[in-house]
Amino acid sequence: MSAVVAEHDAHHEHHEHGPAKGLLRWVITTNHKDIGTLYLLFALTMFFVGGAMAMVIRAELFEPGMQFVNPQFFNSMTTMHALVMVFGAVMPAFVGLANWMIPMMIGAPDMALPRMNNMSFWLLVAGVLLLASTLFMEGGAPASGWTLYPPLVLQTGKALPFAIFSVHLLGISSIMGAINIIATIFNMRAPGMTLMKMPMFVWTWLITAFLLIAIMPVFAGAVTMLLTDKFFNTSFFDAAGGGDPVLYQHIFWFFGHPEVYVMILPTFGVASTIIPVFARKPLFGYSSMVYATASIAFLSFIVWAHHMFTVGMPIAGELYFMYATMLIAIPTGVKVFNWTATMWKGSMTFETPMLFSIAFVVLFTMGGFTGLMMSVAPVDFQYHDTYFIVAHFHYTLVPASVFILMAAGYFWLPKWTGHMYDERIGRLHFWLSVVSVNILFFPQHFLGLAGMPRRIPDYAVQFADWNMISSIGGFIFGASQLLFLYIVIDTIKGGTGEKVTDEVWEDAAKHSLEWTLPSPPPYHSFTTPPTVIPTEHI
Amino acid sequence: MKKTKQLFAGLILMALGLGTAQAEYTLNLMRGVTKVSNDIYDLHMLILWICVFIGIGVFGTMFYSIYHHRKSRGHKAEQFHENTTVEIIWTIIPTLILIGMAIPATKAMIELDDVQESEMSIKVTGHQWKWEYEYLDNGIHFFSSLDEASNKVRQVGSGIDPRSVPHYLLNVDKPLVIPTKKKIRFVFTSADVIHSWWVPDLGWKKDTNPGFINESWTSVDEPGTYRGQCTELCGKDHGFMPIVVIAMNEPDYNAWVEQQKAAIAAEAGSASKQWTNEELIAKGKSVYDTNCSSCHMADGAGLSGTFPAITASKVVTGDINAQVKLMLDGKGMMPAFGKILSPVDFAAVVTYTRNGLGNSVGDSIQPSAIQTLQSATPAAGKNE
Repeated sequence: MSAVVAEHDAHHEHHEHGPAKGLLRWVITTNHKDIGTLYLLFALTMFFVGGAMAMVIRAELFEPGMQFVNPQFFNSMTTMHALVMVFGAVMPAFVGLANWMIPMMIGAPDMALPRMNNMSFWLLVAGVLLLASTLFMEGGAPASGWTLYPPLVLQTGKALPFAIFSVHLLGISSIMGAINIIATIFNMRAPGMTLMKMPMFVWTWLITAFLLIAIMPVFAGAVTMLLTDKFFNTSFFDAAGGGDPVLYQHIFWFFGHPEVYVMILPTFGVASTIIPVFARKPLFGYSSMVYATASIAFLSFIVWAHHMFTVGMPIAGELYFMYATMLIAIPTGVKVFNWTATMWKGSMTFETPMLFSIAFVVLFTMGGFTGLMMSVAPVDFQYHDTYFIVAHFHYTLVPASVFILMAAGYFWLPKWTGHMYDERIGRLHFWLSVVSVNILFFPQHFLGLAGMPRRIPDYAVQFADWNMISSIGGFIFGASQLLFLYIVIDTIKGGTGEKVTDEVWEDAAKHSLEWTLPSPPPYHSFTTPPTVIPTEHI
Repeated sequence: MKKTKQLFAGLILMALGLGTAQAEYTLNLMRGVTKVSNDIYDLHMLILWICVFIGIGVFGTMFYSIYHHRKSRGHKAEQFHENTTVEIIWTIIPTLILIGMAIPATKAMIELDDVQESEMSIKVTGHQWKWEYEYLDNGIHFFSSLDEASNKVRQVGSGIDPRSVPHYLLNVDKPLVIPTKKKIRFVFTSADVIHSWWVPDLGWKKDTNPGFINESWTSVDEPGTYRGQCTELCGKDHGFMPIVVIAMNEPDYNAWVEQQKAAIAAEAGSASKQWTNEELIAKGKSVYDTNCSSCHMADGAGLSGTFPAITASKVVTGDINAQVKLMLDGKGMMPAFGKILSPVDFAAVVTYTRNGLGNSVGDSIQPSAIQTLQSATPAAGKNE
């Protein structure tokens, strides 16, 4: 620690060691913390934009009959809600966390490729703005679902080429972010920080980054084929020209299934970081956690067609994808058991980050259960494209990825800002969120099983009660998130006024390096490498 | 479990002041009316119970730990962080459970997939936004769209209570009729985008892909009316193309077939007779509401940027033969109505658009003229 401070004093007059002055700092910054902050604030903004779209959806579904929007706009909302949440909120939020935490966790001064880091953020902004601009185009925003299946997507109005170009930009941005993370982890680790001593968050991001590099070009290729089918007379997905619309689905889900793990693997990493700190115990089964993550990543590439069981595959294909999908339950089970074993015989306290993490383990497991149910191909012939599916993937995204992002916010905000958040309001935010998220999504299981298809703007009256309850849950959940916004702003401005220590949480420095730095940490995290590597998490 | 869930559901409803629901809501998958659907239901329940059992184990352990191993109760943290035996056990046991699940699942999948030895075939074609049914064995052929009552209510801001319509959004103008106790093979395809044909009581859904054929089968034991919906997003009226299947005993079904054949003969007769303008316009309005209004809107105003207006349209107020040609062949998203509408309906709707919806061209076309044109049009595939 003293070495770090001394280093700073020595270079105290050099300008490049502090942030640039004024607003331009945020445009030209190459600093991992500044870029991390930009990513996180951008993601938070998009979380509210995508959330507002979800509110439109839930308002229309509050009662049977069409009250507020026309069906075409409703379809645009479901499509844009998904695209904004996936590419604008959840993925950027995890990239923001990676930017902030990976250099601090591995004992590095910054990311390996700081200029590219800046570019990947601003390309993300360009991509998302381009996507959002389609809302105002003739014919409306894409309304074919986030999967952009042809031939339907080819009926999009003027928005189609803009949406496709936006996907290209988002893909380039993600790939550059992934390259940066891999380069940083492989080249910038402090001496003694071997791969098998890295914190789980770093491990999960390393694996996620490889997934991103493998899949984003595939998605870019798929949408480029849509573009040429629409404008250059190719027939990749048109049977009349020798193509096949189902080919698109195979390509899309070869991207799409690993993509959903891009959103969940870093979630696992954060949970594996937070739970041991509040259980005051080492993480149970560190190496099996690493291997389980790698197995899940590998399996994610060979199960894609379970999204397409009803598309008309040969029986051998149905059976293969069913067996392969079932296998995912094994490494995922290992993770859940390990988290439980980490809590077992610990000395737990329940600050807000821990509350969100425990809720994550429980509710993600529920999403896992429904996932296991859907893996069984013949039964999926009933579940497919119903609200049962909607409930499943929202359980694995909202009370899983989003809850863990909240947990990460509460966990690291004191480190980032040097201020403590208001624990009372944090817990209120947690309880409101955890209750309302279940009122929102649990009834959707019933709706799906009772026969309500997804992506419909209106429904038969026997689905009315559960839709109303779900909508009420949605409104409470949406409103509760304003509390989080308040807490973030309040903490940045000074929070409770209590001066936080370097460790923030009891004995946290035994778990990971960021807690050995001051709160807030210096602009360049570790200008000299740390000498002691924490091993409590192993 | 079911009772607890219902109790829980009831409590929520009462808490919200709704009273327990009048509508017949269900919480679980339906058993359905075929052997396959029952097998699927049993598999569903088996896996649900496995999940409940595992959930009780995992969450029980976790909550025990949360209650007892907390700092506020003075529990001291132990520092163990691995146990190879335990880790092997909780890898092996789930593997065995999965194998136990895979065996019945494989059996059900093979049964579901076996379309051989079927006794009759029905071709189902998805259209934006209706279903076309073709009985391959006896030539019966018709379209099935959302019923008129539901269609009125579902317009944005109609202000009509959906509860006032029986089977709101789950009713059609012409249901599919099948005989009971026969193995029926369905073949699926689409005329435009991908749809998916789902009747929960039959136990499965199948996508309809343009340019490709999918197959499935069913055999229903009990007569009854079974309802479903399109389950693959297919554009703006995806939520408004329901499916109704009526299963009839063999004698009733045979009577229905005879009735359909007689109707086809009557239809052919009415095409050759001379229709007055008023007759055509009156019939044309109902044809328009069923087939055209979902895009061109009920008042003919269209949807700016996507669907052209009928009112004051250059095509509709221009040469009648050009309009007929466009409607016969289709254009872009507009389907080739030459293959969809009967000569009478076709002539009626042409006449209606030219003399209704704010237009007053004054001319008309006879069904017999359409009949000649339709038989002259080659069975075109793509409209390019």
